[in-house]
Amino acid sequence: MSAIIVALLGFFVFLLGYRYYSKFIAEKIYKLDPNYVTPAHQYNDGVDYVPTNKFVLWGHHFTSVAGAAPILGPAIALYWGWLPAFLWVILGTVFAAGVHDFGTLVLSVRHKGQSVGTIADRLIGRSGKLLFLFIILILVLMVNAVFAWVIANLFISYPSSVFPVLLQIPLAIAIGYMVYKRKTKMLVPSLIVLAIMYIAAIASAQFEFLQIDLVKYMGGEEGEGLFGLGVVSTAFFIWIIFLMVYSYIASILPVWKLLQPRDFINSHQLVVGLAILYLGLFFTNPELTAPIVNENPDRSWLPLLFITVACGAISGFHGLVSSGTSAKQLDKETDARFVGYFGAVGEGLLALVSILTVATFFSNTDAFFATYASYNDANAAGLNTFVEGASVLAGGLGIPSSIAITIVSIIVVSFAATTLDTSVRLMRYIISELGTEYKIPTLSKTHVATSIAVLSSAALVLLPEGPKGFGSGGYLIWPLFGTSNQLLAGISLMLISIWLKRLGRNYAFTLIPMIFLLFMTMYAMFQQVFFQWAAWGTNTNMLLFVLGAIIFAFALWIAITAFRMLTKKYGDPIDQNKAM
Amino acid sequence: MLEKLKKIIQFYEEVLSLPHRTEVARELREEEDVFFLLLFSEMVGIPNPAYYYTLELYPYMIEKFHDWHLRMGMEKSPLSGIRCC
Repeated sequence: MSAIIVALLGFFVFLLGYRYYSKFIAEKIYKLDPNYVTPAHQYNDGVDYVPTNKFVLWGHHFTSVAGAAPILGPAIALYWGWLPAFLWVILGTVFAAGVHDFGTLVLSVRHKGQSVGTIADRLIGRSGKLLFLFIILILVLMVNAVFAWVIANLFISYPSSVFPVLLQIPLAIAIGYMVYKRKTKMLVPSLIVLAIMYIAAIASAQFEFLQIDLVKYMGGEEGEGLFGLGVVSTAFFIWIIFLMVYSYIASILPVWKLLQPRDFINSHQLVVGLAILYLGLFFTNPELTAPIVNENPDRSWLPLLFITVACGAISGFHGLVSSGTSAKQLDKETDARFVGYFGAVGEGLLALVSILTVATFFSNTDAFFATYASYNDANAAGLNTFVEGASVLAGGLGIPSSIAITIVSIIVVSFAATTLDTSVRLMRYIISELGTEYKIPTLSKTHVATSIAVLSSAALVLLPEGPKGFGSGGYLIWPLFGTSNQLLAGISLMLISIWLKRLGRNYAFTLIPMIFLLFMTMYAMFQQVFFQWAAWGTNTNMLLFVLGAIIFAFALWIAITAFRMLTKKYGDPIDQNKAM
Repeated sequence: MLEKLKKIIQFYEEVLSLPHRTEVARELREEEDVFFLLLFSEMVGIPNPAYYYTLELYPYMIEKFHDWHLRMGMEKSPLSGIRCC
């Protein structure tokens, strides 16, 4: 089957979802009011609360939520064939992610632009807020571990990408300085930096001496590593330590010094990446060589598919962006439909192209099964298959394969690095906040909180043992990352449902995705924890067992809270025009 | 055609500069908050020799002072001498 037809079919469903379903939700459920005075107007302070054009706000919202996760999840989920992943991405985006991102935005707009955490405190009480903090804490811990593994893995697999990525750091600091201290415009400098990075990529793809290849330096895979570890394991160890030291420094610097200038460059990379993939797809018109459905998987798609693809189908992380930032900048309440729902569609498009990139990469179905032999193999191989598949699509645009591989891996590493940077920072804030909540003031100190964040993340990514030794097994954390991300989305959907119920509205359209998510995550965790990872299971792994059990307990906590809050009798419906 | 391209570039630049604008504004506001703290430090118990002279700034800063005490979490003006609200 032609990939273009599948892509067009996906676009068509997204279009229908936006055109009809989001309109229905906007008019009948969220009842958007064009005359409602949004927080951006009410509290306009020229800093956080600023009315912003909806297209500009959408652009910013989309670049904030799009990252490496919607690429990696679908690339792994292709294990069950392209159809299940395709259907979940398309239907998940239309019926779950769209409603969730749109809903958190509206919920926050109706609550003075507050974040979901603060709203949980108001709607449920302190236990709601703590529940929320713990889930985010787990999520960011998983994000740190997974993305550190993603970067280390790409650095080891494609050593030509290391030099341009390292080059980005001083150049980003220079842009930060120019833009914030010298008040220069940022478009031209950031484009120049992007050009320098890609020139460096071309150079390092051509000249071996520019490739920082730790495995080669230690005498190849068969050589001897440090501390009695294998060479690949040592290389993972060195890169992960390097990344953690980097994230420590990056997360305590003011955002304008490194994080934001990197974001400017990465926004260009998002455009470049999407353009390469979709144009490559339309120019080469490849056939889908992956099977439609994998008929003999070693692990059933139900329920694992739903925790393997989180971002791209639905992601709780979007609620944090919707409620903390975008809600404060919404000009009219009716813009929420475009910014929130269409933001989710943007992410769906990224996930869709990831599916198509991997599904068209293989020469035939046998080649597919050689790589995607088992669910664990799919977890380990998904990322590299995407990078190589993307380089084939780029080849259709005339870009030589070695350069294309380098550029695609740079793009993925850059996304992952920004996510890592943001999430270590977020983890630091949450540890501080928990310190304040539980009256342990030491935890609130910047260096204490950052050290805890960085050390726990490093331990988590180094512990799981992959086929190439310690450190190479970070991908085993992936399903846990998906689960915690889904749980966060579950809490946000629960808050929206409680709010709709208190307004006396129909809350089935947010409740059903919430029940679906909670059911799938609990089902998946129960199955993984008790039948796979436990001491009596088939793939005993104590680390995953403990983490999975904790996540399962939290999922249960959310389900009980949701049941309690949604069966509770409330008095008369509150007036929707009064902010609560 | 050229006009359209220009518009697209302008739009793109606006998207990019959104977080940047916020950050610049935040830095400026923080500087301003520190400045205000210096001016009104006596209020929080820090002796300030310049306090007497700052009274000359009264007409220029009354509105800003109002926004500032709201941001600091005080609904009414904390100083009886400054009657902004």
